[in-house]
Amino acid sequence: MTPLLEAQHVRKTFLTGGFFKRTETVALNDFSLAIDEQQPIITAIAGESGSGKTTLARLLLGVIVPSSGSVRYKGVDVSSMKRDQWRAFRQDVQAIYQDPFEVYNPFYRVDHVLTTPIAKFKLARTSAEAADLIDATLRKVGLRPEETLGRYPHQLSGGQRQRIMIARALLLRPKIIIADEPVSMVDASLRATVLESLLRLHEEFGISLIYITHDLTTAYQLCRDIKILYRGSVVETGDVEQVIKQPQHPYTQLLVGSIPLPDPSRRWGEDTTTGTRQSDVALTGCLFADRCPRLMDRCTTATPPLFQTSATRATACYLYEGETQASANAFAEQPIANEVS
Amino acid sequence: MSAPVLQVENLHVHYQTSAGIVKAVNGVSFQLQKGERLGLVGESGSGKTTTALAIMRMLEGPARIAGGEVILDEIDLLKLSDDEMRMVRFDRISMVPQGAMNSLNPVMRIREQIRDIFEAHGRALARSEVEATIAKLLARVGLRPEVAGMYPHELSGGMKQRVCIAMAIALKPQVIIADEPTSALDVVVQRQVVETLGDVQRELDAAVILVGHDMGLMAQFVDRIGVMYAGRLVELSPVAHVFSSPMHPYARQLISSIPNLEEKRLFKGIPGVAPSLLDPPSGCPFHPRCSEAMARCSVEVPALCETAPDRWVACLLYDEVLSHDPTS
Ligand SMILES: Nc1ncnc2c1ncn2[C@@H]1O[C@H](COP(=O)(O)OP(=O)(O)OP(=O)(O)O)[C@@H](O)[C@H]1O
Ligand SMILES: Nc1ncnc2c1ncn2[C@@H]1O[C@H](COP(=O)(O)OP(=O)(O)OP(=O)(O)O)[C@@H](O)[C@H]1O
Ligand SMILES: [Mg+2]
Ligand SMILES: [Mg+2]
Repeated sequence: MTPLLEAQHVRKTFLTGGFFKRTETVALNDFSLAIDEQQPIITAIAGESGSGKTTLARLLLGVIVPSSGSVRYKGVDVSSMKRDQWRAFRQDVQAIYQDPFEVYNPFYRVDHVLTTPIAKFKLARTSAEAADLIDATLRKVGLRPEETLGRYPHQLSGGQRQRIMIARALLLRPKIIIADEPVSMVDASLRATVLESLLRLHEEFGISLIYITHDLTTAYQLCRDIKILYRGSVVETGDVEQVIKQPQHPYTQLLVGSIPLPDPSRRWGEDTTTGTRQSDVALTGCLFADRCPRLMDRCTTATPPLFQTSATRATACYLYEGETQASANAFAEQPIANEVS
Repeated sequence: MSAPVLQVENLHVHYQTSAGIVKAVNGVSFQLQKGERLGLVGESGSGKTTTALAIMRMLEGPARIAGGEVILDEIDLLKLSDDEMRMVRFDRISMVPQGAMNSLNPVMRIREQIRDIFEAHGRALARSEVEATIAKLLARVGLRPEVAGMYPHELSGGMKQRVCIAMAIALKPQVIIADEPTSALDVVVQRQVVETLGDVQRELDAAVILVGHDMGLMAQFVDRIGVMYAGRLVELSPVAHVFSSPMHPYARQLISSIPNLEEKRLFKGIPGVAPSLLDPPSGCPFHPRCSEAMARCSVEVPALCETAPDRWVACLLYDEVLSHDPTS
């Protein structure tokens, strides 16, 4: 069966730097994922700042095109879709963008963000119906309609702006939501409320959710599986319980070990970092080699592929070389959805 | 206890909107000791950023400081002229703003942006010392000297955040306010940035106000926590107490909504919506959502009171305890 949305070996590079010295940044490398309408996923994408998470979201949304590989919606390449296909795609796949300071047009009242999609996708028949819909959706994300509507973006706090973007995605009832750091600026209580409503959408309506975040605790709370990105590549993927509780890749171990515990009596452990990476120069071999505490000779000569370390997870590290090698999209083809119960 | 470096007294801030006056900060008072780290947490929209901006006198647009005092070293900042205040900023008190990474000037190299701070405060660096001073400053926040020659877009988020911290500490202020300085960073970089801030703070013996939602970070970094709700400070206690035995019902629910890695899918958000700031409820602003509300709560506004040494709470539950406790 054709997946609803599929990314196949997607790679995205950007040219940066001055006129004379241009360097190529690999923002995302060999990324694959498939979402079946019948088997909705709830997957977290976590990783380093600048590891390609937002780039991935923009690729899946068709905002930017891959340098190689493809993103397909119902089997059709997103970059060559006809108008009506594009329209259906734009309704089915919704984004909650990372930066609530950036997405708003400062000259429009925030209402615009909600009324435009209602008109565009004909979500309401009358204006009274539209108003009711907006009202109900704002309340779902903990906002008071009468004190939110009519304001300009700068008149709202960071978290309030972020929640309007979530309301917009909820309004559209899409099949897939790609949420890029949707709750980074709201308090713990609202975070719980908002994530719970996303989870309910997944469970009740079979909406697939891709949750991009730095917050591994909420990723653990919400998602079934997780992919850890490091400098554009997936270094570990699989069941969220296993990846967070027993991380295999040294980078994932560093990441999990750095989670600040909400308990003043349990201090951060000894700093395990071997410094930040020193350069963007493309290394041969493993991208984490220059920081890795478990460096081996081979790590600097060839890039480790994802080794399937169990039925539900894979890690791109030579420490696990004995295990069978996973194809990059093994997880996409056999969603882990089924066997965790 | 020694005299506080910063004293905020009964601060009120209003925003004028077409729908009426938004009372964003409603009588906030607290003191900050030298070398202290205070965390400011609370509901989104409860006035944390507004409080910080008011202290810095950086509010814009239709905002008005409707009352109060902000005393830094015996001077009320709210009474200074704009020019006088400009000299105080960076020099005595500085801020790493919310979304700081976007506050860097995109068309200026980092070196020029840092040099400007010195110049604007009449401490222009001699040509010969520019490089060394800036390199030293960057080294303090763990950045290589080459960063001075770069433009913001050439830096990662974590690097830009550190540049903002470097700018905030350039003139060795006594108070540093950091508004969600790490909410866009991965936990590894986040930890480095926060530890950097901590090292610098200790070195300068400065006080820090850390505004944010990351309760893990708060637990790891601050000495005391102030919890805000609807423009008020409802609890102010040492960090260990806030986590182990929060007093205000809002603080209790906030703490219990923090997710953990032990149990999955436990979403414990506080039911209900934050109160209106245009037309706030009578009495305690939390009473409509409070499971322990009493009849009095919809009538009386509780003041922030010290119910135990160094533990302040604004809740009538404790007023009862106090007035009925024969020992008090
Ligand atoms: N338009 C662009 N031009 C040049 N480089 C870019 C562009 N967009 C992204 N990059 C680079 O690609 C890499 C990945 O960026 P991306 O924004 O996807 O990271 P991220 O994982 O979302 O980071 P964060 O956690 O900080 O949001 C970075 O090195 C970034 O500098
Ligand atoms: N320019 C403005 N005009 C009108 N109201 C405003 C303006 N700026 C902020 N507000 C309102 O003032 C209140 C306090 O905002 P503030 O940004 O201080 O909240 P915050 O506690 O920092 O929230 P967050 O945690 O979401 O950043 C909010 O309800 C907000 O909507
Ligand atoms: Mg991003
Ligand atoms: Mg704020």
